[in-house]
Amino acid sequence: MASFLVGAAGFVLTMVALGLVVILRRPAEVDHMMAAQLLGTGGVAILLLLAAATETPPIVDVALLLALFAAFAAVAFVRSASDQESKVSKATSGG
Amino acid sequence: MNLGLDIFTVSAVSAGAFFFLAGTVGLLRFPDSLTRLHALTKVDNLGLGLVVLGLLPQANGLFSALKLVSIWLLVQLSGAIVTQLIAVAVRQRGPHR
Repeated sequence: MASFLVGAAGFVLTMVALGLVVILRRPAEVDHMMAAQLLGTGGVAILLLLAAATETPPIVDVALLLALFAAFAAVAFVRSASDQESKVSKATSGG
Repeated sequence: MNLGLDIFTVSAVSAGAFFFLAGTVGLLRFPDSLTRLHALTKVDNLGLGLVVLGLLPQANGLFSALKLVSIWLLVQLSGAIVTQLIAVAVRQRGPHR
C-alpha cells in the first residue's frame, strides 16, 4: 500500500509540475496566480498521500498550512491588483 | 475487510490522480484564462476530494479522518472564493495583462 501511495504522489507531482511549467511560460499575471493556486491544491494532495504512505501524521499539518497560505496568497494578489486598478482610474479621472 | 478497504483506497486514489491528469490537460488545451481557471479549480478540487476519500480508510482513528475531511473542506471553500476573486480580476484587467 505504501509504495502505491508514493507512486500516486509522484504521479500527481508530475502533473502539477507540468501544469506549473505551462502556466509560468504564459505572459499574463493572472496565469501566474493560477500557478500558485495549482501548487496549493496539488501540493495538499501530494502531502496527504506522503503522510499516509510514510505514516507520518505531522505532514498533514504541513498540508493544512499550505492550503491556508495558498488562500492568503490569492487574496493578497487580488487586493494588490484592485489597488493598482483604483490608482489608475483616479489618475485618469483626475487628469 | 482489510483487503476491501485497500481496494477502495487504490481505486479512489487512482480516480483522484486521473482528475489531476485531466486538470493538467485542460490547462494545456483550453484557449483563455477563464476556461483555464475553470479547469484548474474545479477538476483539481475534485481530484483532491477523491484522494482524501481514498485516504480515509488508511487514517488511524476518527480524529485524523475528520482532520483530512476538514482540510478538504478548507481547500474547497478557499478554492471557490479565490476562483471568484481571480475571475473578477481577469474581467477588470483583461486577459492579456
